Amino acid sequence: MPRLEVHQLVVSRGDRIVVNDLSFSVAAGEVLHVLGRNGAGKTSLLEVLCGLRRPDSGHIAPQPESRERHWIGHKNALNPVLSALENLEFWAALNGERIDDPRAALAAVGLQKAQATRPSGQLSTGQKRRAALARLVAAARPWWLLDEPLAGLDVQGLDLFAGLLAAHVGGGGAVIVTSHQPLPGALATLRSLNLSAA
Amino acid sequence: MSAAGAIFRRELQIALRRRAEWAQPLVFYGIVALLFPLGIAPESPALKTFAPAIIWVGALLAALLGVERLFRADLDDGSLEQMLIAEVPLALLIAAKLAAQWLLTAAPLVIASPLLGYGLGLETGPVIVLFWSLLLGTPTLIFTGGFAAALTVGAPRAGLMLPILVLPLMTPAVIFGGGAVRAAAAGLSPEAPLYFLGALLALSLTLLPMAAAGALRNALG
Repeated sequence: MPRLEVHQLVVSRGDRIVVNDLSFSVAAGEVLHVLGRNGAGKTSLLEVLCGLRRPDSGHIAPQPESRERHWIGHKNALNPVLSALENLEFWAALNGERIDDPRAALAAVGLQKAQATRPSGQLSTGQKRRAALARLVAAARPWWLLDEPLAGLDVQGLDLFAGLLAAHVGGGGAVIVTSHQPLPGALATLRSLNLSAA
Repeated sequence: MSAAGAIFRRELQIALRRRAEWAQPLVFYGIVALLFPLGIAPESPALKTFAPAIIWVGALLAALLGVERLFRADLDDGSLEQMLIAEVPLALLIAAKLAAQWLLTAAPLVIASPLLGYGLGLETGPVIVLFWSLLLGTPTLIFTGGFAAALTVGAPRAGLMLPILVLPLMTPAVIFGGGAVRAAAAGLSPEAPLYFLGALLALSLTLLPMAAAGALRNALG
């Protein structure tokens, strides 16, 4: 997996520049923790990296392809009428991925059968977040772009997330994650990027 | 399963659990078509003249009912953003979504149309033309509505803007659809308006999903 190089990136929202002349790189096996105050441009940065937003200038090489990256934004992409299991199967089918055992992916994020099969609109905030994180487990992709993935997670959820992160980077994947709080677990390959200081 | 198949199946799954939502246009359509004769007088010969317009305008209004919600739920829960960055072309996903919408809300109207046509005093020839005109024209109504829904997806008062935006775009389908049935009822050939409906259908199916994809990218980008 090639190193991701971001060079002199400028991103604006409306007439306001939220990311200005930002450069960094991330290699396989690394976790980049993007910090910053509200409005510092963390979400905009991830949206550019995942292809949802175009930068004003600068370049990203190589831009992770759809098939190579998972992006989890502030919203969980769970249709409230469908269960977590049905939502997971839908996203896999839409992306042309085959999941051998979707229930196991949901169990890996702590959603047991009863929670996985009820309409996801009836799940708690933390359970919905876990259901979104199950997409990371279900289909292996080298790049994880995670925007505030810890929102709503309880202590067990944080431990579980730490485990997912460690396993992913241990297997040669890379993660760019935004969060206001310190990331759980102890990762030797953790680096921080503070957008408020940039 | 292909991406288009996945989204088509998902729309049907959601609709099956929200029966009231997709049954609403059919019920609305039935009410419009059944109340009109009472307003005019059931035995009036004028009813036969108005029948094509009643059925076509009813179909247009019924198609408008569900259109505003087309992308709203996907926007609210974050699915739309994921679809935007998926490997599959967004236009294909939109086309599949609109095809499911047609199957759920317009296909029952098409199937029910002969019954309504006979009920409003049309004879067999015009009823057959009515069926074909709706079969050709309702996808145009749904795809046009889908494009307008994509244009207004982020707008705060989409419910108000959408009909204003969409009615001029849907009007040609109503003119040619009603015209085909009127021609058949007058003993003339309905081929020309049906061909026009076919042309509108071809344009709608090929261009509007791409235009809607552009509108969604613009709204979320």
